[in-house]
Amino acid sequence: MATGKNFLVGIFDDEDVLIDSIAKLRNTGIKIFEVYTPFPVHGLDTALGYKPSNLPIAAFLFGLTGTILALTMQIGMLGFDWPMDIGGKPYIPLPSFIPVSFELTILLAALGMVFTFFIISDLKPYKIPYMFDKRSTDDKFVMAIDLDSNKESSEVITKLLQETGAIEINTQKVD
Amino acid sequence: MQVTSPVRPPLVTGGKNYHDVTNDVCKPVESVPSKSWVVALGIALITLGFGVYCVGRLLWDGIGMWGLNKTIGWAWDITNFVWWVGIGHAGTLISAILLLFRQKWRTSINRAAEAMTIFAVICAAQFPILHMGRPWVGFWPLPLPNTFGSLWVNFNSPLLWDVFAISTYFTVSLVFWYIGLIPDFATVRDRATTKVRKIIYGVLSFGWDGAAKTWSRYEAVSLVLAGVSTPLVLSVHTIVSMDFATSVIPGWHTTIFPPYFVAGAIFSGFAMVLTLMLITRVVFRLEDYITINHIESMNKVIVLTGSIVGIAYLTEFFIAWYSGVEYEGYAFLNRATGEYWWAYWSMMTCNVISPQLFWFRGVRRSIVLTFILSIVVNIGMWFERFVIIVTSLHRDYLPSSWAYFKPTLYDVGVYVFSFGLFFTLFFLFTKYFPVINMAEVKSVLKSSSENNTRTNKH
Repeated sequence: MATGKNFLVGIFDDEDVLIDSIAKLRNTGIKIFEVYTPFPVHGLDTALGYKPSNLPIAAFLFGLTGTILALTMQIGMLGFDWPMDIGGKPYIPLPSFIPVSFELTILLAALGMVFTFFIISDLKPYKIPYMFDKRSTDDKFVMAIDLDSNKESSEVITKLLQETGAIEINTQKVD
Repeated sequence: MQVTSPVRPPLVTGGKNYHDVTNDVCKPVESVPSKSWVVALGIALITLGFGVYCVGRLLWDGIGMWGLNKTIGWAWDITNFVWWVGIGHAGTLISAILLLFRQKWRTSINRAAEAMTIFAVICAAQFPILHMGRPWVGFWPLPLPNTFGSLWVNFNSPLLWDVFAISTYFTVSLVFWYIGLIPDFATVRDRATTKVRKIIYGVLSFGWDGAAKTWSRYEAVSLVLAGVSTPLVLSVHTIVSMDFATSVIPGWHTTIFPPYFVAGAIFSGFAMVLTLMLITRVVFRLEDYITINHIESMNKVIVLTGSIVGIAYLTEFFIAWYSGVEYEGYAFLNRATGEYWWAYWSMMTCNVISPQLFWFRGVRRSIVLTFILSIVVNIGMWFERFVIIVTSLHRDYLPSSWAYFKPTLYDVGVYVFSFGLFFTLFFLFTKYFPVINMAEVKSVLKSSSENNTRTNKH
């Protein structure tokens, strides 16, 4: 969390009004620090100019690791370390290795992606987040604007927020 | 927002707004437990207590306490295992496959269905572990270095595939469920009036703040988890069916098993979700979220999967005759007319005939009939597994080894134990966790609620 900064906080009660407001503010050149919503609002990430997450690529790579790990394990154990003659069948029966390889692919893809998500989003059990407004996990949409990184004065932005439908506006110093 | 067809009935009734959703779902979490909940939990705990006694005796004296004999080495234990695993399929199916198909009605039921999945898999896992007889060496199926003997585990064995499939399924379902819970725990945390609740839900919510960037990643994670869970959920019961299908026992040795088991799993899972949701919606006053339309949608899935199961039964019978294999033919004829005819016809009545009533709209939309039929379906699905397992085993190749299985108190007791465990976990869940995914319901509220604020405001 950005510390020691002054924020202008606009509160909205409708996600469509919020998205229109974001578009207007961004067109004026105002940088928005972050928007906090109670649920995933469709089109919010594009309105804020966020790029799609690369997490699916991480999931693919973790999954690939799982497949390679599982095949190496099975072929290594039954093919090389201790080959077993089971009814004269091959020591490395690949069709028999499909289920375990598949399961480990999924397991590593899912766990790897979720832990990556926790790390990059800084989600952890002992974290106490700074909430600009606690209603943002209930029914309000909260927009935080970092005043220090914007050229426009607080008054100009406040006026813009009012015009675009914010129901409440306040300033907060985070320390 | 997405465009939703105006002819669709609303998913959430009662003209709710975002704050109403939060209030309605958080109320059970925040209020003093109701008397009915305390009584229900008490009954579950007493059941669990009796079950723990039976499991204790079983572990102390060994699995000779069960009614198994040298011909029938698998009976209630594996029946219960497959039954619980099957029930555990609905949750991930609802949250993963219905998410990929963009079925928005899932949002009201996915949380509870996923919880049910996780608890059902926990119950299922008890049976193979107990059947080992020595659960303290239950780690032997893991591919550990061979200091325990000279061999590695056999990766050709479907029983070993099961170990991987069930544990992966459990882990991925748990993670999927928890990811969905994090934003709702944050809601409870931010509404908390007591210090204890603030700390507990603060820890559980992982410091979630609802930032747009995090939501964007959250949606990417959900979509990929749904994508990987879909083949996973289908693979799990496929692999369970291979425990039987890859053997050479007549009645088990059939290639139809994987799809037939998966359909049966969805069938019983949806029935169990209905049984639980019909009670939960009344007890916690969630009728506006779990509406009659949700119930009807689930009943449609039941009639579809029930019919697939019915066709599978008939196909099995036909192939047993058509293949010309004498053993197969006998195994199936013996199922329907032999000593276990009562189990076979219970299965046929409960699974094939009774769900056909759901073709009638009046039955699909009747809460009482749905509740009764959902229980009938689960009785039928228990009998299906019992029929497959016990009738195939009890006529061995040598008539001198033919046998009959009678359950003992400890067969019943361990089954009762799994019920006690399941309901204790489920009741604790309904009290302490938000039973409906608030964030997801809010995200579909505007496009499909009765008071469409979008048209009013713009």
